[in-house]
Amino acid sequence: MRPFEYGNPSTVAQAVALLGPQWDEAAVLAGGTDLLSLMKDYIVSPKRLVNIKNIRALGGVREEKAGLRIGAAVTLEELYEHPGPLGRYPALRTAIEGVSSPQMRGMGTVGGDLLQRPRCWYFRNGFGLLARNAKGQPLVPGGDNRYHAIFANSGPAYFVCPSSLAPALVTLGASVRLEGPKGARELPVAQLFQIPKDANEREHAIAPQEILAEILIPASAASTRNATYEVRERQFMDWPLATASVALRLEGREVRQAQIVLGEVAPTPWRAEAAERELAGKTLDEAAAARAGEAATQGAHPLSRNGYKVQLVRVAVQRALLAAIA
Amino acid sequence: MADLQWPPAANRHLIGKSISRIDGPWKSSGTAKYSYDMNPPGLLYAKMVTSPYAHAKITAIDTSAAEHAPGVHAVHLFTAVGKEVTCEGQEVAAVAADTEEQAEDAARLVRVEYDELPYLVADTDPTHAGAGNFRQNSEETQGNPTQGFQQAEVVSEGEYGLPVITHCCMESHGSVAQWDGDKLNVWLSTQNVSGQGGEYAQGLSNAGINFSASNLHVDCQVMGGGFGSKFSADTWGVAAAVLAKKAGRPVKLMLDRNVELLVAGCRPSMHGKIRVGAKRDGTLVAWESQSWGTGGVRGFGVPPIPYIFDIPNYSRTHANVLTNIGAARAWRAPNHPQMCYLTMTALEDLAAKLGMDPLDFFLKNIALTGERADYYKQELQQAAEMIGWKQKWHPRGDKTPGSIKRGLGLSIHTWGGAGHQGFCRTTIHPDGSVEVATGSQDLGTGTRTVIGIVAAETLGLPLEGVQVEIGDTKYPPDGASGGSSTVGGVTSSTRVAATDALNQLLAKVAPSLGTTPDKLEAAQGQIRVIGDPSKAISWKQACAKMGATPIVAQGQGGSRGPGRALISAGVGGAQMAEVSVDVDTGVVRMEKMVAVQDCGLVIDSKTAESQVFGACIMGTCYALHEEKIMDQQTGTCLNPNMEFYKLGGIDDIGDIVVHFMTDPMYENRGVIGLGEPPVVSPGAAISNAVANAIGVRVPELPMTPDRVLAALGKGGQA
Amino acid sequence: MPDQDERHDSPESEGSDGEAGSDQKPSKGFSRRQFIKGTGLAVSASVFATEGLLKAAAPDQAGAGVEGPGAVKVQLRINGQLRQLQVEPRVTLLDALRNRLDMTGAKKVCDRASCGACTVILDGRPVYSCTVLAIDAQGKSIETIEGLAPKGTLHPVSQAFVDNDAQQCGFCTPGFVMAVKAYLDKHPHPTADEVKASLNGNLCRCGTYMGVRQAVLEAATKMTRKGGRA
Repeated sequence: MRPFEYGNPSTVAQAVALLGPQWDEAAVLAGGTDLLSLMKDYIVSPKRLVNIKNIRALGGVREEKAGLRIGAAVTLEELYEHPGPLGRYPALRTAIEGVSSPQMRGMGTVGGDLLQRPRCWYFRNGFGLLARNAKGQPLVPGGDNRYHAIFANSGPAYFVCPSSLAPALVTLGASVRLEGPKGARELPVAQLFQIPKDANEREHAIAPQEILAEILIPASAASTRNATYEVRERQFMDWPLATASVALRLEGREVRQAQIVLGEVAPTPWRAEAAERELAGKTLDEAAAARAGEAATQGAHPLSRNGYKVQLVRVAVQRALLAAIA
Repeated sequence: MADLQWPPAANRHLIGKSISRIDGPWKSSGTAKYSYDMNPPGLLYAKMVTSPYAHAKITAIDTSAAEHAPGVHAVHLFTAVGKEVTCEGQEVAAVAADTEEQAEDAARLVRVEYDELPYLVADTDPTHAGAGNFRQNSEETQGNPTQGFQQAEVVSEGEYGLPVITHCCMESHGSVAQWDGDKLNVWLSTQNVSGQGGEYAQGLSNAGINFSASNLHVDCQVMGGGFGSKFSADTWGVAAAVLAKKAGRPVKLMLDRNVELLVAGCRPSMHGKIRVGAKRDGTLVAWESQSWGTGGVRGFGVPPIPYIFDIPNYSRTHANVLTNIGAARAWRAPNHPQMCYLTMTALEDLAAKLGMDPLDFFLKNIALTGERADYYKQELQQAAEMIGWKQKWHPRGDKTPGSIKRGLGLSIHTWGGAGHQGFCRTTIHPDGSVEVATGSQDLGTGTRTVIGIVAAETLGLPLEGVQVEIGDTKYPPDGASGGSSTVGGVTSSTRVAATDALNQLLAKVAPSLGTTPDKLEAAQGQIRVIGDPSKAISWKQACAKMGATPIVAQGQGGSRGPGRALISAGVGGAQMAEVSVDVDTGVVRMEKMVAVQDCGLVIDSKTAESQVFGACIMGTCYALHEEKIMDQQTGTCLNPNMEFYKLGGIDDIGDIVVHFMTDPMYENRGVIGLGEPPVVSPGAAISNAVANAIGVRVPELPMTPDRVLAALGKGGQA
Repeated sequence: MPDQDERHDSPESEGSDGEAGSDQKPSKGFSRRQFIKGTGLAVSASVFATEGLLKAAAPDQAGAGVEGPGAVKVQLRINGQLRQLQVEPRVTLLDALRNRLDMTGAKKVCDRASCGACTVILDGRPVYSCTVLAIDAQGKSIETIEGLAPKGTLHPVSQAFVDNDAQQCGFCTPGFVMAVKAYLDKHPHPTADEVKASLNGNLCRCGTYMGVRQAVLEAATKMTRKGGRA
C-alpha cells in the first residue's frame, strides 16, 4: 500500500471538500474491506483517504413516511439488527445473510457494498477494469471466465456487479442520495450502476467528489412480496454464483406487477424484463415460476466457461419467486 | 527391569486414551510464538521482489534506488542478469528495512527488466502441450492386457482428473534470522528442525558467507502448518540470514500470501484416460490407462495406477507435462490422492456398468489388494455398518422426487507410515522431575503430547510428571516430519530412552527395597515390587536415591534402532461419503463421512481422531472447492489469494465419524503414522457418492456447480 | 506486491481509476516485455503530490484537516489500556499490534479480509484487523486475545478449544477464539447451526471444525452456567 493522508471529517460538507476531482486524488473510506485490499494490491492508490464513519449524517436506520432511510455508512450488521423493517424486506434480509462472514457484515457498509469494485480476477490481478492485455485485447473471452457476465458481455466490460444488496435494492425500487460539491442529487439504485463504455469510465455513476450518503427504500415496497435467492458454492464467505431478487404485487395469487433483478450475471444489476412480462397477469405457481425462470435467461450469451450461469439464473428466479409467496 | 515392548492393553494408563494436547492452552490463548511472531530487538522486515512472468530472461537489475530508500539496511539478489525465471512469483530480490512498509516501498524500487520467453501454464494433456513441454515417463505392462480385455465381459471407459492445488499453510513460509557472532539463530517455520544445517551452510557459502552447520541454531516451537511443503529452508530462508548478516540486525522474511500460493505449495495435477474390464461376476481382469499431470517445470514423478488393486493384466503410461508454475512439493500423502481418485472412480464406474453395488464389487476383488486384504475387508465392512450402506445405498441416480439427490460413495487407501530415525534424551533429575527432549517438531499433529504420553506411561507417572521439549536443534536430532513418520519415530525413541533411564533408576533403587531391579516396576507414581504393591516407594523418594547427578539416557528411534520392534509400516483405510446434490444448481454438499483407519497402536485417541477429521475436511476441500487457476494468455495465476483459492468453512463440512481398528491384529504391529492416509480417499469417495446421487460421473475435481451441471447436461463448460 | 503495477499497461487501465499512478504509467503500446519491475521514485513522488493536496484542502475546512502521509500519533485503547504509537495512516491495526506492540496473537494469513486469522473485537464486534487502519481504530475499544484472560488462566472459550481439540497447528486458533468470544457475548445460547453460521468468516487449513463446533457449544454452556462471561 502506498502512503496516503487521512482525513476524518465529521460532516458531509467537510468530507466532500476533502475529495478531489480525480479518482486517484482521494477515496472514501468506509468499511475498507474492499478499498484497503485494492490498495494493498496497488490496483488503486489514492493519495488521500477520507474516513466517513464518523459523519453522523451518514449513520442510522430510520423508518419514515417516505420509507426506510439507511445511512450509507451503516454496516450490514447494524442494518440486520433492525428486524422490524427488515421483516418487510426479506429480499434485503436474505441478501445481507448471504454476506455470511460476521466480520464482513460488521465492517462492511451498505454504501460500500454498492460501491465496491468488481471481483473480476483480471482486474484484481492488475489488467484493468476492462481486463485487457498489453495490446488492448480483451482477456476474458479467451480466458477463465467462469465467474464473468452472461448478459451485456459483448464488451468492453465482462465483469459482474459484485454488490450483494443491489439486486434486492433495485427490486424494491430503492434510490440513493449522492452529496457533492454542488449539492445533493437522487438516483434510483439501478442508475447508480453503468456499463463502462471505455477505459475512462467507471462502473458507478458517481463522480470522484461525490459521496453516497443514503439509501431510501420507498414505503410502497413494503407491501410487495419480495425475496432473494442466491446460488452459492460455499456457505463460507463467498460470492454467489447467481442471485435473483423479486418483488411482486399480487392480487390473490395473480401477479399484478413483478420486479425481477439478477445479480452476478452482468456488469450491472440485471433487470429480467422478459420474466417480469411473462408473469404479469398470471397466477403464480410452480409452473409459472419455472416459465419466468426460463424467460429470465432471454438474451443470455454465455462465454466459454460460464454457460452454467444460464441454468443458475433459471433456478434462482424460480426459487426467489416461490420464496416470495411461501 | 522395565520391558521395552509396549504394555498390554490392560496395563496402559495413558496410551490410547483420549488426552488433550499438552500445548493446547498455549495455542488457544494466543501466547504460542510462531516464527512469524518473533520480534527480537532491532528486527528488520524483509520483502521480496518476485517475477511477474511465467518465463522470462532477466536483462537488467538495478537495486540502487532501493538501497537508498528510507529505512533500508540490506538488499539481496536471488538471481542475476542473464538468468531465467521459470514461474510467476519466483524470487528475484529481497530488501530489509526498519518497517514492513518501508521494506515493501523499497522492494518496489528494485528495477528488474525481463525479456519474456514462451511459457506453458495450462494444465493440459501432452498432445496439446507442445513439443518439449512434456516427458513421457513410463510405459508399463503386466500380464497380457489384450487378452485381459478379451476376457472382460464388461468394460468401462472414462476420463478423470484433478487439478493442481496448493498447500496454503496458514503460516506462510519464512523465518526470522539473527546472528550472534559466527552463530546463526533462525526461527524457521519448518517440519524439519534438525535437518537444516547443510542447506544453510551451502546457501550462505554461495552468498560468500563462511558458515559451519555446527553454528546453526534452529528454533521452531510451533509452526502454522506444513503439509509437506516445509522441509527446506528455501532460498528465502537463506536470504533472511544473508540480509541479517549484511545489516547486522535480525531479519524477518515471511512470504506474502500471493507468493505463498504461487511458489510455496503445489500438489501436481493428474488426469487420465482409463479403460477397465471385468467378468460379468465382477472379477477384475484388465486395466489400461494413459495418464498425465503437471507439477511445474521439472515435473513430478510417476504415480502408478491402478492404486491398491493389483489387476492381473494392465498397461499404463504416464507423462509429465512441464509447466511454468511453482514447483511441486510433497503434499500430504504425495501422489496417493491422485492415484486413488483415478482408480477408485474408474472402478466405481465399472461397478455401475456391471449393475453391482460397489461395496460388493470391492469385496469381490479384495484379494487383489494383496497382503492387507483382510484389513480392507474388515474396514469396508466396518465403514458400511457405520454409514448404513446396506440401508441407504441405491443404484445410480437417486430416484426420489425433488432437486436434492443423495448418494453414497466409497474408497480405500494405503500408506507406509514407518517411524523415522531420530534420537530422544530422557533426563531424570534427583528431585523427581523428568525432561524428555528431541529435536522434532509439531505440525499440529500433537507431537509433544504423544512424546509425553509415552514417557509418562513408561515411567509410571502422570502426564504432568514429564516435561517435553522439542523444536530446537539443541536437543538430540530427530527426522523430518514427512511420510507420517513422526509419531513412530518419536514414540520409539522416547520409549527406548525412557526405558533405559528407568532401568538406571531401578538399579539404584533396588537395594533399598531389598530386591533386584528385574523385580521392580514403575507404576502409579511409585517404584514397586512386581506383584507386591505394598513394597513401594514414591517416585520422588526413589529419585532422591540417585545422588546429585541426573540420570540421562538417549534412545534411538526408527527402524534402525533398538525400538524397531515398537513400530511398523503399512496401513489401510476405508472411507464412505454421503452427499447431497442439488441437481438444479449443481451445488454439492458433503453430508457425512465415515473414516475407518488402522494405524497400529494409537497413542492418543483424541489427537489421532483430530488427524482423521482434518484429513476428511482437507479432502472435502479438494473434492469440492480447491483449484489453482492459471491463465494461459498471461501466464498469471488468477487466484493467488484466499478469496478465490477456495477452502471450505465450518458450515461447508458435514458430519464426520472416525473409527480406529484397534483389535490386537492391528495393535500388535506397534505404532504407525496416521497423518497422511486419511486424506487420500475423500476425493474418490465423494466423487463416487456424487455419481451415485445424480447418476452420472463428474469427471473432474473440484466438483463445483459448473462441472456438476455440465455432467448433468444442464450447461456448464462446453 | 511489487509485481502488480506494471500490468496496467492496457490502455484503459489508468485514466479515471488512478490505478498505479501516473508516475508509473507506461505509454500506450508499450509491451510488457520492455517493462521495468517496480519503477523508481514511485513512493517519493506520491508523497510530494499528497503534500500539495493537503495544503490546498486544509485551510478552507476548519476541523477537517488531514494527517499523514508520514507517521502520526495514534492512540489505541487495547484491552482497556491506552497505547500510544507513531505510525503512518496506512498502517493496519494488525500490523500495529504485531509489529509495533509485539501483540502477536492475531495472525497475518491472507491479509485481505478473507480468512479471519487476524480477528479482534472492536467495540464489541469481530473485525478483520488486517483491513482496519490503526488510525481508524482510535477511540474504540479494542479487544485482542492477549486481554482475554488474566495471565496463567484460560478464558472458557480457550479452555473449550483445548478440551475439544479444536486446534491443530493453532495458527488460525486465536482468530477463531476471538470470533467465538464476540459471538457468545451477544448470543449466549446458540444452537449447533447458529454456531456454524457464526464462524463463516474464519478458515482453518488443518481441518479442526469438528472440534470447534463442540468447543463453542461447550463454552456457551459453561459461560452461561457461571452466570457471566470473562
